[in-house]
Amino acid sequence: MRFLFKTDYAQDIHLAKHGGQVFWYALLLLALLAAPWLFTEYWLAQLTFVLIYSVVGLGLMLLSGFTGLFSLGHAAFLGVGAYTQAVLTNAGVPAPLALVAAGALSAVVGTVVGLPALRVKGIYLAIATLAFGFIVEEVFARWESVTGGNAGIHIKAPDVFGFKLDTDTSFYFACLVVTVLATLAVMNLLRSPTGRAFVAIRDSEVSAQSMGIHLARYKTLSFAISAALAGFGGALYAHKLRFISPDQFDILQSVDLVLMIVIGGVGSIHGAFLGAIFLITMPQLIGLAKDWLPATIGQAPGLQGLVYGAVLIAFVLFEPMGLYGRWLKLRTYLQIFPFYRKGMFARQKSYLKSDRLK
Amino acid sequence: MQALQIVISGIAQGCIYGLIALGVVLIYKATETVSFAQGELMMLGAFIGLIVMSSLGFPFWLAFVGAVAAMGAFGIVLERLVIRPILGQPAFSIVMLTIGIGYVARGAITMVPGLGTETHTLPVPYKDAIWKLGTLVLNVEQMVIIAATLVLSSVLYVVFRYSKVGVAMQAASQNQIAAYYMGIPVKRLNGLVWGLAAAVAAIAGLLLAPITFVHANMGFIGLKAMPAAVVGGFGSLPGALVGGLVIGVVEALAGFYLPEGFKDVAAYVVVLIMLVVRPSGLFGEKLRKKV
Repeated sequence: MRFLFKTDYAQDIHLAKHGGQVFWYALLLLALLAAPWLFTEYWLAQLTFVLIYSVVGLGLMLLSGFTGLFSLGHAAFLGVGAYTQAVLTNAGVPAPLALVAAGALSAVVGTVVGLPALRVKGIYLAIATLAFGFIVEEVFARWESVTGGNAGIHIKAPDVFGFKLDTDTSFYFACLVVTVLATLAVMNLLRSPTGRAFVAIRDSEVSAQSMGIHLARYKTLSFAISAALAGFGGALYAHKLRFISPDQFDILQSVDLVLMIVIGGVGSIHGAFLGAIFLITMPQLIGLAKDWLPATIGQAPGLQGLVYGAVLIAFVLFEPMGLYGRWLKLRTYLQIFPFYRKGMFARQKSYLKSDRLK
Repeated sequence: MQALQIVISGIAQGCIYGLIALGVVLIYKATETVSFAQGELMMLGAFIGLIVMSSLGFPFWLAFVGAVAAMGAFGIVLERLVIRPILGQPAFSIVMLTIGIGYVARGAITMVPGLGTETHTLPVPYKDAIWKLGTLVLNVEQMVIIAATLVLSSVLYVVFRYSKVGVAMQAASQNQIAAYYMGIPVKRLNGLVWGLAAAVAAIAGLLLAPITFVHANMGFIGLKAMPAAVVGGFGSLPGALVGGLVIGVVEALAGFYLPEGFKDVAAYVVVLIMLVVRPSGLFGEKLRKKV
């Protein structure tokens, strides 16, 4: 068991809490840098997807996990980023500039969506974002001169000022750089006054307002940053798939994104990564399990949906803190070995706390 | 005449949205949770009706009663097994739970061999029948939807206004703790409300089946019930039906007068406008949260 004695505020807000963290995350980074030589091409592609989804997950985590705002239309921001990247790259704009533009345009769109969020909350916001997601998907499908309509659009390999990222390895490193930068940015944001304001809004809007936090500004800001991260993710996603069409950004994609952060663990940065790993490896595991199951179950088309739903239900019922919460429990169990008690992480239920207006 | 025709078919479609939204609002009022599984419950109801009619050879009315009763029981069981344990958790968790229920229901139906992957026709006695009223051609399937919605809403009105259970449900939805102290079995009522919502969804499914066929993805129509509930004002039962009608009619008119593509998003455009202009909906009360 490690005891942290904090002696000044700088230590409290330091990115790494203690030396052990520095060691382990450095090791993780080394492993990720060595990944192209450790994994086969197929698994490297999966790892790239994990990184891309992590960036999107970080954005959604910031919005849902740290600001407490629902979004059931995040695939729309992913789509805005992907299409911006596709159109700009095909027009010959260097990839990094296109990436910035994709994030910026997503942020603008996010701000627009954030505007109704100022007036509505909770479930209304979920429905507003859901509605927005459907409308954007329809725009992608109908604005054929730009998006290529339902036929989709092909995208050229990213071109970083003359250096083409056309191999899997080089693109993997590009994704890694973006992911690391995004993670550091979100971590830095969360220890800043802005991030503290987000968390205050999540915990209680009324008290945040009383503390002098401008609700409208911070909610819109949260939407914009979240959308920008989703836009970055979308831009990478477009390059990874090399072909995008409107049906990749539908409601099911949005639900997948929310499912990702819920299973990863709402309210933790680790959760975004664990959720992304889950989202990418689950279909692989189901694919492996298919060979072991009888054909009537294993080959049935609905299996994946059934498993996703069942896992989601199981997590909400038995592990509301997600994979990261499970890891925290396991770690605590080992750290204080014989003294772990069952109720240490139990959350108090709040029957009296009502979202209903009185 | 043509406009009237379109409005009538819009009303019929709107009744379906309204019925699903009614289930959503019932659950919201009772447990303060929003069910995104309502569309899937509707799909399950339609499939039960289909199985009972085609495999067991029951007549339509018996299958109708059977499917509605079965779904009602299913709703009660569902509430007991998965919803009740997590009441009191953040609303976000419960929304995700209902989405999970929807996934499982859709996946499970798709996995049934020879049933889930195909589209089926529900052999109702009034299939493809038409009434002619002057130049107006009325589709009996749509008329049945409208009539059934009228009957169902009057029954629900009577239940909530006069029966003991209905009044108790209203009390529980207004203040759960106070109702509990008054000796109302709130938990059991919540179960009943889920059963009622599932039964209403099954009715919607059976009414919709002759028009759109029965298939595993028919539950996605439930997503359009959310705009209906918001337009009517979340938490108002008549509002849910009116909201459904508004969405249905706007959608039908948009499909006819506006370019292709607008029909699919009409419901969502309406709800976004509604949320900006009047977030509390047509029938919702304008309230502010106080500390």
